[in-house]
This record gives sequence, C-alpha cells and structure tokens, in this order.
Amino acid sequence: MSSIITGLPPDPILERRQLIQLKASQSLARRTLVSRIVTGLMWVALGIALVPLGSVVFALVDKGVRFLSWHFFTSLPQLPSLLSLNTIGGIGNAVAATLVIDALAALVAVPIGVILGLYLAEWRSAPANFLRAIVEIMTGMPSILLGVFAYEYFVVAMKSYSGIAAVIALGILMVPVIAKASELAFLSVPRSLREAALALGARESRVARQIVLPTAIPGVLTGVLLALARAVGETAPVLLVAGPTISNLWNWNPFHPMTPMPMLIFGYANSEYPSQRAAAWGVALTLVALVVILTTSSRLISTRMRRERRS
Amino acid sequence: MSTLTPVSGHQPASEVVEQIRRSATSDRPFKFLLRAVAAFFGAVVVLFVWSIVKTAWPAITSQGIHLITGKSWIAGTGPYGGLPLIVDTLSTTAIALAFAIPIGLASALGLQFQVTPRLRQPLASLIELLAAVPSVVYGLWGIAVMVPFFINTLEPFLSHLTGGAWPFNGPQNGFGILLAGMVLAIMILPTMVAVSRDVLATVPQDLIEGALSLGATRSQVFFRVVLPTARTGLLGAIVLATGRALGETIAVAMVIGSNAQLPHSLFSSGATLASIIAVEFGNAVGTEGSALAAMALILMIITGLVNAGARALTRRAVSR
Repeated sequence: MSSIITGLPPDPILERRQLIQLKASQSLARRTLVSRIVTGLMWVALGIALVPLGSVVFALVDKGVRFLSWHFFTSLPQLPSLLSLNTIGGIGNAVAATLVIDALAALVAVPIGVILGLYLAEWRSAPANFLRAIVEIMTGMPSILLGVFAYEYFVVAMKSYSGIAAVIALGILMVPVIAKASELAFLSVPRSLREAALALGARESRVARQIVLPTAIPGVLTGVLLALARAVGETAPVLLVAGPTISNLWNWNPFHPMTPMPMLIFGYANSEYPSQRAAAWGVALTLVALVVILTTSSRLISTRMRRERRS
Repeated sequence: MSTLTPVSGHQPASEVVEQIRRSATSDRPFKFLLRAVAAFFGAVVVLFVWSIVKTAWPAITSQGIHLITGKSWIAGTGPYGGLPLIVDTLSTTAIALAFAIPIGLASALGLQFQVTPRLRQPLASLIELLAAVPSVVYGLWGIAVMVPFFINTLEPFLSHLTGGAWPFNGPQNGFGILLAGMVLAIMILPTMVAVSRDVLATVPQDLIEGALSLGATRSQVFFRVVLPTARTGLLGAIVLATGRALGETIAVAMVIGSNAQLPHSLFSSGATLASIIAVEFGNAVGTEGSALAAMALILMIITGLVNAGARALTRRAVSR
C-alpha cells in the first residue's frame, strides 16, 4: 500500500507489522466481547441466586412480623375452635423447650468439645489423626441419623419421648463443630508463649489452663456459638425423639416430652388449621432471629480477634 | 510442684532433658484427662454406628438384597424395598447440584471480583446469614411460596414445553421430586457461594495482576488463572454441598410428597432415604423400624464416603 502512495518499493517488514497490528486488534475485540459476555453471565447468576434467597427473607418478614409480641413469646398456644378460628395464643412452651434443650446440649458438648480440641491440637499420633478424621466426618453426618441413635438408646430405654433424648442427639452434633474450631484456636496460640511458660516450670495442665485457654478463648467461643446456632435450628433428630406430637402445655422438665421451636414449625406447617399454618411464620421468624443473633455475635468475635492479631 | 534434682555434669544431655521433662512439666493426670475425653468421644461414635447396625440387622437378615433392589416400600406391612428411596435421593441431589454448582460458582466469582467493594460485604453477609437459616424454614417457604408458583406457573410451562412428555408428565400438584430438588438447590446455594468465595479469596493477587498486565481479559483471567488455581478448593466446596444435599431431611420431607414408589416423572411425589426416616420412624412397628434403620445405614455409608472424599481433597489442597 505504502508503495503506491510514496512510489517506494514495498517494505516487507512494514507490511508484516501492519498485519500483526490488525490481527491483534481483532483478537482484542473478540476477547473483550467474550469477557463482556462472561462477566454479564456472572451478574445474571448473582441475580438468579439472590431472587429466591431474597424471597425467603421477604416471606419471613412479611408473614412473620405481625406475630411478634411479648404475649406471643410468653403465653401458651390455644387450639382454634369453631367460635374463634383465628386464636393462636403464644409459643411460650416452645421457647422454654428450646432454651432448656439447647442449654443442656451446650452443657454436655462444650467441655467435651473443648477438651477434644485440646487433644487434637496437642497430639499428632496415629490415634489422634484417626480421631481427627472421625471428627471431620461426623461434622457432615446427616442429623437424622443421630435422631435414630437417640431413639434407640433413650426413647426405647426410657419408654418415653423426652427432651433429654434431644439433648443427647444435639450434643453429639455440636461436639465435632466445637472440637474443630477449638483445635484451630489452640494451634494458633504462639509457640513462644507456651514454651516460655514451660521454661518457667509450669506444668502442662497449668499452661493449658492459664496460657493456652485464655489466649484461644475467642476462637473457642466462635465455635461454640456456631455449634449452638446449628443446634437451635436442627429439626430432624428433635422430631424423632422430643415428643410424639406438639404439646400445648408448660413443661420445664427435660425428662418429659417437649416441643422445641423447630418441631413446632414442622407441626404448624402441616396443620389442618389455617391459623396455625400462618403462625408457623411467626415461630420461624423468632427462630431465625435467634440463629442470626448467635451467628452474628460469633462473627463479631472472630473479626475483632483478627483485628487484634493484626495490630 | 516438684523440685528439680541437682544435675551432675557427667549425665548425658538427653537424660538431663528427660529428667527435667519428667520432674517439672510431665503431667500425667492432665494427659490422662485429654486421652479419656478423646476415647469417650470415639466410643460414642462407635456406639452410634453400632446402634444403627444393630437396629438394621433383623431387616438385613430377613430382607437381604431386597432392601436395596426392591421396587416398592409399603409402610406397615412391607415389602420394604429401598430402590425408590435411593433413586429419589440421587435425583433430587442431581437436580440441586445442576442448579447450585454453576450459579453458585458464577455468583462467587462475581461477588469476589466484579461487585464493588462497598456492595460486596453486605451481600456476602446476607448470603452467609442465609447459610445459617434452619432447613425447616426453607421447607415452610417451599410449601407456602414455591408450591403455588409450581402449580400455577412452572409445571404448566414445563409440561407445555415438552407437550406433556417425559420428564414433565403426570399430576401437577407442586409437591414432588422437582420441587424438592429446587428447594435443595436454594438451600445449598448460600453454602456453595460462601465456601467458594473463601477459596477464591486465597488466589494470590500477584497471579491475577500478572495475567492482567500481560493483556488478558477478565474472562481469560477467570478461566486460565483463577479457576485452575482454586480448582481443588472449589471441588471441596462442591463435595461439601453434595453431602448436605444427600442428607437433608426436613426441608425435603416437607415438599417431596412422601410416596416411596419409583417415580414416573419429575412431577412425581417421592421419598428420600433421609425423609422417609423422619416421616415413618415415629410410628413404625416391627420390621419397618429395622428396615428404616437399614436405610439410615445406607445413608451413613454414602455421606461418610462423600465427606471422606471432601476431606482428602481439602487436605491435598492444603499440603500443596
């Protein structure tokens, strides 16, 4: 081309350069287009993901918020009758059952989980590695299986459904979560701290109690709160062992049948009364609020911990 | 605390170290406590597995292979054939993964690399929060919101699409395998996004910036740098989500329609290994309780293998 205008002989190097530039710009145009499409699809995927999840949150607030009141949390349920189809009463006994069962489950699981975490952090032997594998596999074990276990050993043996059987199932579900979090927290305690204490002549139990545990406590607490959040919402094992049907009476005694909130939601969702089906959303919002409080405080502790470590 | 014995200069160093260790820091009762608690937990797990095997044993001896291959499960009288349950468990999980893997991965990539930082944290928090919502709430949402949507919109549309042919034939009453799969997909999506995003955050920024500086476009960076680097971790996230979908009980039990027959279409009602235990175990008598425990055993073996696989994957990712 240049040869026609300038009258000079063709320059092969210049022509080659122009060809390369042309190809490069074509390639860039093509790659930019592909990139635009791919990033566009990403936005679409994010939108598709957020629509149903947003719908869950919206339904919870939309259908649940009108139930929230002090009366709802503290009074007993009332069965709808022909005269008053819309009476629902409260969920006081379910709140009480949830508090009793989950507090006892934490009481069982926290010491075992924390000491197990200490064991896993301390030993690298073959049995410890095996136990570490068991702990990780138990973390993903479907919770209904623990329900079958608690049924066989507690409901059958005691000849009665009971809150305590649910405590056992939930406790076993909580232990691996707490143990794993504690192990990581203990492992992150600086070696120098422990060695300094040992060099001063402290026994290992004293080092564990006064050095390792206090330093690792935020990490341990994070794990405990996460495990508790999981246990509070757990439905499947509770449904098998806590009670034969949903109960409308006060009961603080864990050796008797109980109806914690997840079980009440399941019962109300399948109820024949429209008022109970509606009230299921009130219970669900209460339960989700409880879970949100537990997970959020767990996250606050862990972010603060990270910030302190950085500074 | 015991006092140190005087150390003479003639003792070999190793002996001295051993002596100090024993006298000053060795702490038998403490170590014994740690070992005892660890052994106790191990014993509880053994007892747990044993209780399910023991309960399942009568059904295993009386029904044999029929527990896996039998095509029909009739509550109360038998026969107790587990094939429909296994088919339904695998098909609902497959539907869930078919939606949750691509959408979850793409959302995680978008959230980590596309969304402006100011929007990223609130969205990530919302998704992590949804990962903690109890499954019974997803089940309730499935009944109240998804069932009407399925009956009025989605099922007629899909049926129209194929002219009423398989797999979209049969009664359109909302409850069924397709709904259970979709609810599962929505349930495991937050876990999928949250875990994948954690994995993507570990991809070194140098690699990404290096590729960009060489003229790679964003999609090239994703496909040739980010995904290959994070491959093992992302696979771990997928396996984790699979395990959750296989074992999910309550949400599935609420929306699948509880009918343990082989499905004719995606609209058929069904029952999974986990959901039938939740629905039937409380009022099962005689052999049925034992047959349900056998289903629990099958579920335990499947999820145990899946979780062990996830563990092996993540360990390899860490050691590399």
